[in-house]
Amino acid sequence: MYAQMVDTGVAKVQDAAQMSAEEQAFQARVDADVKIEPKDWMPEAYRRTLVRQIQQHAHSEIVGMLPEGNWITRAPTLKRKAILMAKVQDEGGHGLYLYAAAETLGVSRDQLVEDLHAGKVKYSSIFNYPTLTWADIGTIGWLVDGAAIMNQIPLCRCSYGPYSRAMIRICKEESFHQRQGFDIMMALCKGTAEQKAMAQDALDRWWWPSLMMFGPPDAQSVHSAQSARWKIKLLSNDELRQRFVDQTVPQADYLGLRVPDPALEWNASTGHYDFGAIDWDEFHQVLKGNGPCNKDRMRTRIKAWDDGRWVREAAVACADKRAARAARQAA
Amino acid sequence: MSVEWPLWEVFIRSQHGLAHKHVGSLHAPDAEMAIRNARDVYTRRNEGVSIWVVRSADVHATSPGAKEPLFEPANDKVYRHPTFFPMPDEVKHL
Repeated sequence: MYAQMVDTGVAKVQDAAQMSAEEQAFQARVDADVKIEPKDWMPEAYRRTLVRQIQQHAHSEIVGMLPEGNWITRAPTLKRKAILMAKVQDEGGHGLYLYAAAETLGVSRDQLVEDLHAGKVKYSSIFNYPTLTWADIGTIGWLVDGAAIMNQIPLCRCSYGPYSRAMIRICKEESFHQRQGFDIMMALCKGTAEQKAMAQDALDRWWWPSLMMFGPPDAQSVHSAQSARWKIKLLSNDELRQRFVDQTVPQADYLGLRVPDPALEWNASTGHYDFGAIDWDEFHQVLKGNGPCNKDRMRTRIKAWDDGRWVREAAVACADKRAARAARQAA
Repeated sequence: MSVEWPLWEVFIRSQHGLAHKHVGSLHAPDAEMAIRNARDVYTRRNEGVSIWVVRSADVHATSPGAKEPLFEPANDKVYRHPTFFPMPDEVKHL
């Protein structure tokens, strides 16, 4: 998902006998759905895993502004442009809510940003794909934000208070993103044959990367069990992926678009869609930095951070000067 | 020079005359910028008509360890709630 393959630093789920009294009390609170708050005692591995997970999620929101920002100047109408700007601004806000949640765990904002720029922490694989046409903007809202909602709604119930509250805020805003995407797709699919073909081409390119967003199959997700025990992961990768497919295929049918998977078929006995094998090699390549846009995304982020340095410093200098002046006048 | 902007807690009063409510936090160099940023981040959908910002460092809080001595004494004083007193159905306006 926005946070993929988060390392818990724990090889195997601990059972009660291996836990200290403090850890047992902590786990009992989690089991009883009592929220863990910043000043509460928590196992170091829980804290570290959450920092990684929330940080990855925050970076994804911020890096996710880039593929969409690419089309702000070229949106087909003023209305679409205003909507896209509002959406991209929301993503910036989502990043901020999440950074703030991570900071409650004792890491500084600058450290989080530096970790991203140093390549120590990832962001979602999905943002390493290019936005080649306007239909990609529709598809991102429809599929990528749709997948994000699927993952984030359960996280509203996660065990860590600040993360859960950030998720609730984000989910409230996210459904606008998905709808604006579907609205773009509807307009294209009701348009000329060329526009419809553009919509189909975007779906062809984004479908599989969207399914990869949920992360590796459960059998290969070594850290999921511990994260589930801590209630910072509430549904498994495969469960979420299946829900996403079940929800999205009828939407594609409505649009008159073909999902690019010859194996896709409704299975009446399971009540779900069966779908084809995912190319996990591509996923791992993208995570390793070999996706189509990894280098470009990081270059853009680092440049924005470096170019903005003088503004951050000037703002501090201005605040200091004003405070000094106020102190002199008071004296 | 690399100084991180201080953290501020943001409180918003919604339109319905309720008290200011904590909505989140943000970094800003001073109070004026904190309010501007809070307006951009936390009131994009008419969430509020008034913003307070407070330096996070200035917030004093109870400690989680003191939860029991502070809050448990209220547990056995159920008579502080009106529902503690059963009232006959035929008696009105109570």
